[in-house]
Amino acid sequence: MSPWLIGFSLFFAYPLAATVYFSFFRYNLFQLTPVGLTNYRFLLHDPYAWKAIKNTLWLVVVMVPLRVLFGLGVAQLLTKIKQGGNILRSIFYLPFLIPPVAATVAFVFVVNPGTGPVNGIAAKVGIHLPDWFNDPTWTKPGLTLLALWGIGDVMIILLAALLDVPKTLYEAAAIDGANLWQQFRRITLPVISPVLMFSVVTGVIETLQYFTQAMVAAHVSQGNADQAGTTTAPGYPNGASLTFPQVLYDEGFRQFNMGYACVLALVLFAVAMFFTLILLRQFHAFADDN
Amino acid sequence: MTETTVAVRRATALRPPPPIARRERRRRRLYWIATHSIAIALAIMFLAPLIFMFLTAVMSSDETLTGGLWPRSWHWGNFGRALTTDHGVMLHWLFNTLLYAVLATVFMLVSSIPVAYALARFRFRGRKLAFVLVISTMMLPPQVTIVPMYIMWARFHLTGTLWPLIVPLLFGDAFSIFLLRQFLVTIPREYADAAQVDGCGELRTMLRVILPMARPAIAAVALFQFFYAWNDYFGPLIYTKPDSWTLAVGLSTFRAAHHVEWNLTMAATLLTVLPVLIVFFLAQRVFIQGVTLTGVKG
Repeated sequence: MSPWLIGFSLFFAYPLAATVYFSFFRYNLFQLTPVGLTNYRFLLHDPYAWKAIKNTLWLVVVMVPLRVLFGLGVAQLLTKIKQGGNILRSIFYLPFLIPPVAATVAFVFVVNPGTGPVNGIAAKVGIHLPDWFNDPTWTKPGLTLLALWGIGDVMIILLAALLDVPKTLYEAAAIDGANLWQQFRRITLPVISPVLMFSVVTGVIETLQYFTQAMVAAHVSQGNADQAGTTTAPGYPNGASLTFPQVLYDEGFRQFNMGYACVLALVLFAVAMFFTLILLRQFHAFADDN
Repeated sequence: MTETTVAVRRATALRPPPPIARRERRRRRLYWIATHSIAIALAIMFLAPLIFMFLTAVMSSDETLTGGLWPRSWHWGNFGRALTTDHGVMLHWLFNTLLYAVLATVFMLVSSIPVAYALARFRFRGRKLAFVLVISTMMLPPQVTIVPMYIMWARFHLTGTLWPLIVPLLFGDAFSIFLLRQFLVTIPREYADAAQVDGCGELRTMLRVILPMARPAIAAVALFQFFYAWNDYFGPLIYTKPDSWTLAVGLSTFRAAHHVEWNLTMAATLLTVLPVLIVFFLAQRVFIQGVTLTGVKG
């Protein structure tokens, strides 16, 4: 226990307190100037940060529910498959395991109309697909598609939950003449709802830190960053892929406005903590289990 | 299986005439075809990007810009070129990634197992609070504390290396502790009690009696940690400089460094993915068990 407590204070409690402390200063690693609430006031009128907040909110509102719904759909489909179910399960899980950077590089390439075959194939059957990651309107939907490709984590948890629903419940319902939809609505949903809740809340927390895919997608489609993003403003195209952690990274580690980055970190902390508390209430049952 | 029993029961309950049974069977066959074709179509869509990636990796660099699907000529040498380009920089990234992933995994296991064991076995004051803290650290975004952490590591002159990412794991990892603990509480305490009646100390009870039984969970957290390090982008992006880049950071710059050589980019990407795929297929069971263990049976 105690080594972990040391680790906890050294790598969590202390940095958290220090974040609050530094948020009242202007700090660039060399000079520490107290500025009171200036950093906080700046956030209120910072169009750059607000753009990122809007984008992150978009992802939370659209990407998270779509991922849970799609994951539930795929899991439900897998429960109906008798032959080759294991192979299909592996195939659906696989993209989740691909390193995010690699998955993003590949995905952006494949759906880029100039290089990849996807838009060409769709055009042959009469579907006109957009230039996903070069078009500000379609960048976030493109990122959502990428996230749906990596549905494995949500799917496998929901699949386990679906398989845990007692079969006798369905049998009893069928005898009473319930159709498939009624069975799903009245049995499946109530039984798996804690797991659905878990998926939504963890999904929200993950999306608040959404960074890698957005950043890499912008690099790859923009294609003129020569070092890990040191030359160009993040958020290509036109700020459409700018997420909140990217602003934090940009302000703190490229502009070295570390005090302001701390304010952003605290905003992230407050929002993430709110959702963590929701999650903790769910885990409450665990803490008492023996 | 469920459907058959359901159908049989419904049949006996309602005593339907034979034609309905036949219609029912046909309906069920259509249903079978529908679900299987949707699943297969979906599976093809899931695999397609990987296949396109592979086909591009073996194209000539001119051909990658045509948006063509099938390579006109196969250039297997692209994989070798991706590895050796820029004086073998990819091999250097690979070495850094392995260093990070292996040390992180070993450190995490050594430090997290005892904590998980204590949380699962002992009732002590503040046990609940400790558990709540573990979950909070697990869920909170790493970006929240990154600024002071960076400042701290800069004071130790360790920024520019991978050590800021490795050393903290000597103090336990919240996610692994949580997952291990979820598994350990399922082992009946009678085993540990019996071992102690037979004169085992607490340490020997843990090492000799409980941990062998927890092998699936330990394998799962080890794999998760290894993959986390292998895939980590944010951490190395903050702390490393080009000399200590990992594959994840290096790969994100690969495309820019090679302008239009998409074939090399795709070859490099595939080479990054390959180890993950191999490990996954070898240890699939462990993975799936581990994921379902993360404690969603709220």
